Amino acid sequence: MQLDKIQKREQLTGWMLTLPALLLLLLVFAYPIGQAFWLSLFTKNLATQLQPVYSGWNNYVRMVFDGRFWETMQNTTIFTCVSVFLELLLGMGIALVLNQSFPGRGIVRTIAILPWALPTALMALAWAWIFNDQYGVWNDILQRLGLIHTEINWLGEPSLAMMAAIAAEVWKTTPFISILLLAGLQSIPVELYEAHALDGANPWQSFWRITLPLLMPQILIALLFRFAQAFGVFDLVLVMTGGGPAGATETVSLYIYAMVMRYLDFGYGAALIVVTFLLLVAAVAIVSFLLSKARNSKF
Amino acid sequence: MANLELRNLNKTYSSKVVPVKDISLKVDEGEFLTLLGPSGCGKSTTLRLIAGLEQPTRGQIWIGERNVTDLRSGDRNIAMVFQSYALYPHMTVAENIASSLKLRHLSKLEIRQRVTDVATKLGLEELTQRKPSQLSGGQRQRVALARALVRQPDVFLLDEPLSNLDALLRERVRAELKQLFKAQNTPVVYVTHDQTEAMTLSSKVAVLYNGNLQQLDPPQRIYTHPANRFVASFVGSPQMNLFVLSCRDNAAWLGNFPIPVPLPTVPPQIVLGIRPENVCLARAEDTHTIQGQIYLVESLGMQNLLSVRVQGAPELTIRALLPAAWQWSDDIVKLTLSPQSLHWFDAATGDRLF
Repeated sequence: MQLDKIQKREQLTGWMLTLPALLLLLLVFAYPIGQAFWLSLFTKNLATQLQPVYSGWNNYVRMVFDGRFWETMQNTTIFTCVSVFLELLLGMGIALVLNQSFPGRGIVRTIAILPWALPTALMALAWAWIFNDQYGVWNDILQRLGLIHTEINWLGEPSLAMMAAIAAEVWKTTPFISILLLAGLQSIPVELYEAHALDGANPWQSFWRITLPLLMPQILIALLFRFAQAFGVFDLVLVMTGGGPAGATETVSLYIYAMVMRYLDFGYGAALIVVTFLLLVAAVAIVSFLLSKARNSKF
Repeated sequence: MANLELRNLNKTYSSKVVPVKDISLKVDEGEFLTLLGPSGCGKSTTLRLIAGLEQPTRGQIWIGERNVTDLRSGDRNIAMVFQSYALYPHMTVAENIASSLKLRHLSKLEIRQRVTDVATKLGLEELTQRKPSQLSGGQRQRVALARALVRQPDVFLLDEPLSNLDALLRERVRAELKQLFKAQNTPVVYVTHDQTEAMTLSSKVAVLYNGNLQQLDPPQRIYTHPANRFVASFVGSPQMNLFVLSCRDNAAWLGNFPIPVPLPTVPPQIVLGIRPENVCLARAEDTHTIQGQIYLVESLGMQNLLSVRVQGAPELTIRALLPAAWQWSDDIVKLTLSPQSLHWFDAATGDRLF
């Protein structure tokens, strides 16, 4: 009876303490999302003189037949998957190297994180210059090495432009992943490797049977962050290619931006936002589920 | 089955850090050798050298007829139990035990057979599908042992395997370990700083200090005939009384009391050692007696540990284990140092003289 009372009071205190944060979250997340969903049920564009006219699911039906929407979806998916995959691969390699002790490790670690600390717009501008067909250093290097003879218009060819954008993205965010993975690596006790070596394992086997399974939570967290971020990529592509050439690098965010800000089609833009949001939530939910499974299997 | 031999083993990290200076010893089949010493004496490094986790700077390691000095850990056929157990947290108990067998590509059938056998032997049958985090400290320790036993290795290495257990459990596991390894006809090297473990478990004890082997003998011999002053002070609890005394007239003078020195030539200074349990109340006919004032009585239950200031040398305290039945107060007491239990050491080198 007494214990019950104490428990109840503690619960009440708990709720009261979380209430302000909860209210704030509702205000900044739930309200705009709800508003966007509400707006997506209306047609509100230049044709209606920016007055909302209820149109039910029309905006969503329009989306199904909107070729440009599917194209941007495909671009975003390619951009996200390829860059996250490369980042994970490179980030793992760098983390494994940084986890070894060697002279000057502290400095190398600091340098390794630098690209991530740069403002995206600035570094995108720099990459746009690097890939510039006439003055870019990349073409210059390739020419000096004798690999190409005529300049390649990296940002002017659809598939090359995508590659260039991915390269810039990978350069910028690999450090983020490698720092995350490095933290994970450092939490693995060295005795496990020693025991495994005594069991007869070579370093390659130890990597697959000890490092990778024990690093799974960090890998999944990295994936979670990176998928969510890469899927919403905006500034990097806008600065480097502006979505071009011919929409080859136009991502969902760029399309939504254009729909709302350029074409002033607020209703359809809202519908695009809702769908993108739901897709992202689904992706996050899947990764979170895997993460909790990985955690349970570890502890 | 094979023996293990260390030949002039040395590990040098830098000119100032030399954890293992020069260690040679041999462990026969079925022998249980304990490396005993205070922290920093080089015992763990020696073990890691044997395991191949560190490379020696000089010297060789032989297992039977094989020189394994340059072999990888995995090729030495050595099993080791770590102080932290080093269980793979993401694998079940069964997978932990089977790890080394899988890496050796044994057949599934044989792996299952051997894992079941060793799990049964150690009472782990019910736990094989659990993760290490779901086990108690004692159970984890047994999984670590099972992982070593299932290998059927040429040498067992154990690095303070009992230090993470509580006192009661430690005593029980100690007894189990003794039985377990009696049945294995394999050299066992056991590292500990706990002399009780060393005394009870081993057939031979190697006392290490400062990277050097101080004494290699059966435990009883270490206790009764410590080879030098360090061994004398390190082994035995309560600690041996050790006094640096001046000699006159063929006797060492403990305060006002001459203790005859049983040596042909008596040096000017000598170290006298006597264990507290060899100091008893003097009877009328006793020789080797001293007198002093009791200033501290500590009860150990069965006995009392008395601290006595020796007359004529108030800076010297002799400690004596005496029956608890007595009522002690701040009395003058007359004690006998039983003559056959005296240890004499060189004052300069610390080596045993008699």
